[in-house]
Amino acid sequence: MTDEPLLRVSALSKFYGSRVGCDNVSFDLWPGEVLAVVGESGSGKTTLLNCLSTRLLPSSGTASYRMRDGQFRELYRMSEAERRFLMRTDWGFVHQNPADGLRMTVSAGANVGERLMAVGDRNYGKIRATAVDWLSRVEIEQDRIDDEPRAFSGGMRQRLQIARNLVTGPRLVFMDEPTGGLDVSVQARLLDLLRGLVTDLGLAAIVVTHDLAVARLLSQRMMVMKDGRVVESGLTDRVLDDPRAPYTQLLVSSILQV
Amino acid sequence: MNDIATYNFAYLDEQTKRMIRRAILKGIAIPGYQVPFASREMPMPYGWGTGGVQVTASIIGPDDVLKVIDQGADDTTNAVSIRAFFKKVANVAVTTDTATATIIQTRHRIPEHPLTAGQVLVYQVPIPEPLRFLEPRETETRKMHALEEYGLMHVKLYEDIAKHGRIATTYAYPVKVEGRYVMDPSPTPKFDNPKMHRSPALQLFGAGREKRIYAVPPFTDVVSLDFEDHPFEVQTFDQPCALCAAENVYLDEVILDDHGGHMFVCSDTDHCEKRREEGHRGHLAPEMMEPAQ
Repeated sequence: MTDEPLLRVSALSKFYGSRVGCDNVSFDLWPGEVLAVVGESGSGKTTLLNCLSTRLLPSSGTASYRMRDGQFRELYRMSEAERRFLMRTDWGFVHQNPADGLRMTVSAGANVGERLMAVGDRNYGKIRATAVDWLSRVEIEQDRIDDEPRAFSGGMRQRLQIARNLVTGPRLVFMDEPTGGLDVSVQARLLDLLRGLVTDLGLAAIVVTHDLAVARLLSQRMMVMKDGRVVESGLTDRVLDDPRAPYTQLLVSSILQV
Repeated sequence: MNDIATYNFAYLDEQTKRMIRRAILKGIAIPGYQVPFASREMPMPYGWGTGGVQVTASIIGPDDVLKVIDQGADDTTNAVSIRAFFKKVANVAVTTDTATATIIQTRHRIPEHPLTAGQVLVYQVPIPEPLRFLEPRETETRKMHALEEYGLMHVKLYEDIAKHGRIATTYAYPVKVEGRYVMDPSPTPKFDNPKMHRSPALQLFGAGREKRIYAVPPFTDVVSLDFEDHPFEVQTFDQPCALCAAENVYLDEVILDDHGGHMFVCSDTDHCEKRREEGHRGHLAPEMMEPAQ
């Protein structure tokens, strides 16, 4: 590992008119680290994620990312071309609804291969071999490679979306409720898969979730948000086992016990 | 002829022609880039070549010789009426001879006879955006062109190979112009794509309904997209033209009767007639057959 963070966020705020999206958020993300952002709906988690992934421009604050050459670049000063290039090479974005992140009308293989073709890969055989490899890594049978994601179940779509994002070997992946809307057994398999991939590939990830169990399983560190502000942050196990902020205590005690 | 006096030369008013010429000049300056223009209503429905007609009307002069082809043929409805239109509103000479024409307006073919410097080929384009069926948002496709993000175009070709074992796109085959813009060559058969590459003629594309003009200046690189292990290929035909015995030309299938009888003949009627005048005979060209006029 390195002694420099991958992403430095400082005093990031986003206002929608007079309403607060997120307010004064600062943190560092280190290579290979998974950070969970938890909080109830409307707490600003997704706004924060969209700002960090440059899908939204913040009202104020800075975020700088350490590029592959080791130089920090200020995200919001990059040109759109550079940001989009980063988005499809060094970053991944896993949407809650797979239909937002997949091309539903092209085959699974092409969905996985698109990023490769976007960075200039022009060998069909190699692209296909990589797609086959990635489909097997996300536990999709090889004979589904020419099927459209429309024909896939929700869990398969989500796994396909993950494969599509990871194929270029990104260093940072943003995930917005990656297990939302899936039933618990499918969720468990997906989490298991994600945990394996994140560890194997040494990915850094920012996972937005309202599900504390997901945060517990995937992340090393977490931030708890309420009304756009970070109310507590720390190691995941510490925050969940010994919540200090009253809101976190409420959140933790609200988990349904089976 | 009194009725001509009611029209400006070549139908369009001079301001409109200026506007279209500006768009054409910009298109020539940026090969393959789709220039928006204020497309006018023309006295024909969209889809019948309103874009091509506007381009032709803007560049035609009294000394020009106009040829109009529709899928290679000089004698089909679209070609005949556009030719008659310009004869009426611009009083220009018209021809079916590729070599003597100065402006050739075409729907979906490039003539077999090689084009020369000084000629202008005007294409009628239905959908100018090559990325349209992959990305429906115009805002997004324009951004993709601006940022040269063309991975998606290869996704389409990938899909072809995955589904059919080869690149099954046979017309409107995407090309890259001068190493920069990906362009739809209009629905010409991919057989004609190599003819666009470094052509000495100026190629102009007009899409009336979609309000776009683009251009390929003479001697510009036009490269068909492909994969290293699935290179671009043009269509080949097993047999020569049934009427003029031409090989290595693009053929149309013509149904002869209700019993499955058919023949393959040149899609370029002018080329076929010239060859028959020179004495070439295909296996279905009886001596008593009058040469088509």
